[in-house]
Amino acid sequence: MEFKFSEENLQKIASVQKNYPDKRSSIMPVLYIAQEQNGWISHEVMAEVAHLLEIPESEVYGVVTFYTMYHKKQVGKFHLQVCTNVSCMLRGGYDIWNKIKDKYNLEDGGVTQDGKLSLEEVECMGSCGSAPMIAINEDYFENLTPEKVIEIIDSLK
Amino acid sequence: MHRIVLPDIKNLQEIDVYLANEGYYGARLAFQKSPDDIIEIVKKSGLRGRGGAAFLTGLKWSFMPKVTNKPKYLCVNGDESEPGSFKDRQIFEFNPHQLIEGILITCYAIGAQTAYIYIRGEYHKWIKPVQKAIDEAYNNGFIGSRMKETFGTQFSCDIFIHKGAGAYICGEESSLMNSIEGQRAYPRVKPPFPAQNGLWGNPTTINNVETITNVPPIIKNGSEWFSSIGEPKHPGTLLFGVSGHVNKPGVYELPTGTLLTDIIEKYAGGVINAKRIKCIIPGGTSMPPLKGDSIEGLKMDAESLRAAGSAIGTGGIIVMDEDTDLVKVLARMTKFYYHESCGQCTPCREGTGWMLKILKRILDGKGTKSDLDLLISIANNIDGNTVCALGEAAAWPVKFTIARFRDEFENRVNESIQIPVNNKVHSMRKTKNPIDNIEIR
Repeated sequence: MEFKFSEENLQKIASVQKNYPDKRSSIMPVLYIAQEQNGWISHEVMAEVAHLLEIPESEVYGVVTFYTMYHKKQVGKFHLQVCTNVSCMLRGGYDIWNKIKDKYNLEDGGVTQDGKLSLEEVECMGSCGSAPMIAINEDYFENLTPEKVIEIIDSLK
Repeated sequence: MHRIVLPDIKNLQEIDVYLANEGYYGARLAFQKSPDDIIEIVKKSGLRGRGGAAFLTGLKWSFMPKVTNKPKYLCVNGDESEPGSFKDRQIFEFNPHQLIEGILITCYAIGAQTAYIYIRGEYHKWIKPVQKAIDEAYNNGFIGSRMKETFGTQFSCDIFIHKGAGAYICGEESSLMNSIEGQRAYPRVKPPFPAQNGLWGNPTTINNVETITNVPPIIKNGSEWFSSIGEPKHPGTLLFGVSGHVNKPGVYELPTGTLLTDIIEKYAGGVINAKRIKCIIPGGTSMPPLKGDSIEGLKMDAESLRAAGSAIGTGGIIVMDEDTDLVKVLARMTKFYYHESCGQCTPCREGTGWMLKILKRILDGKGTKSDLDLLISIANNIDGNTVCALGEAAAWPVKFTIARFRDEFENRVNESIQIPVNNKVHSMRKTKNPIDNIEIR
């Protein structure tokens, strides 16, 4: 599937490029804009970003694969990110992880058949004082129990 | 009690409230002095970096070249990815203008025209208040070309946010610069140091968010005021983030040198169900853990913790009660370092994976006594043999947790290797461990 930036996003890119002394350095914000438009970073997206920034596609690929927040495959409408690092683990992070896996029949990196939910085990999100936590897309949900998590996920529309 | 970084003022994140509380007055004062004076004040104050290494901030600034025809940069490190650390987000949310004011003063002192605030990508919610504060500051002429009118100074600078994308390694200063440049965030070999060769090859200083936020009050109140707070060798306050098995986890701003037991009992509400503490990590998971019965009288500052065999790190305190499974904790920590190793140096890239495999084996009840020494051997081969400090960060927890809680680990391993397939030759020799019997002459 061919990918082209929308007019609006091209303007956003032009604006963010003012923050950097050269075009190439703006790759990270440009990739975010691309991901917002396309939902994930496909090879077509990488090719378009490379074309836009006048750099080889391999360099774009290198950046995309280094950072975990660029989705290398399609994620669900609601991307569930469960922290299981030490502070969350001590307060039941794995109970939440296992509960979600069982209830929605998901594995790490999996997507439900209807494309609504996807699951990822993530490293410390900086919510140690309100552990355990999960993030859904860009929002944090803190001080959770397995029951509360299911309630939150089931209420997603 | 002094609260310097997070004063107890309601809605301080609003620019009107901030201005009503002497906001941007520190910057005004600073611009009336020379840059060298500012560096001298900060040096004298004894301010040390809050990002982990506790390096003297004023000294770091003085490394910036005075005469150069290259542009200079300031990077503010808000990557905050160390497990157990969640302090910078409080500043982003509740006091972003003091951070901006600190950036203005720092840029003036080191002669930088551009500053980047690096905020971890997961902090969508906390990037917004910082961006809002930056926009307000631009609109009020506190940042950018209008600074000349506002402050009556020849100096001006710009501040941009760079959003990370989920890589722990970006908290390392040279990786952070590579990330801003839009590269894979591999740490750089030092020297050359950032002050000579940093962002795009230009002189660069990197400071932690909390460090920078301390600067305006120092300029307003003077270096003696600051150096009289807390421990003389590591003055000021720290944002202690307490997590784990405590009743009231959260961030507490307290003077350096506050007793660790006081932080847990008086502020964090004590251990849940009044259990004993088995293990405590004083400064984020990369710092050596301490035994729960060894923290009586322990002060929380860089020197005291070094003497106790750990380090202040980011002040992220993780409390683990007597029922905690330390093998599981160590395996989980190692999984983190394995996941976050950037892959540049072989000892770290391979070693973290090996350590994880062995710890998983022990966790599954299939480990042996020799595995413990093997773990320490691998950790020793990572420690000091990598480009950046992530090597140590991965090696220290393994080394020190096993050394300090050896009993617990020994209870979880078997005396000998269990060979899954019955080997005739070895069974004839009647040894449990066939390797013992092999002699090389």
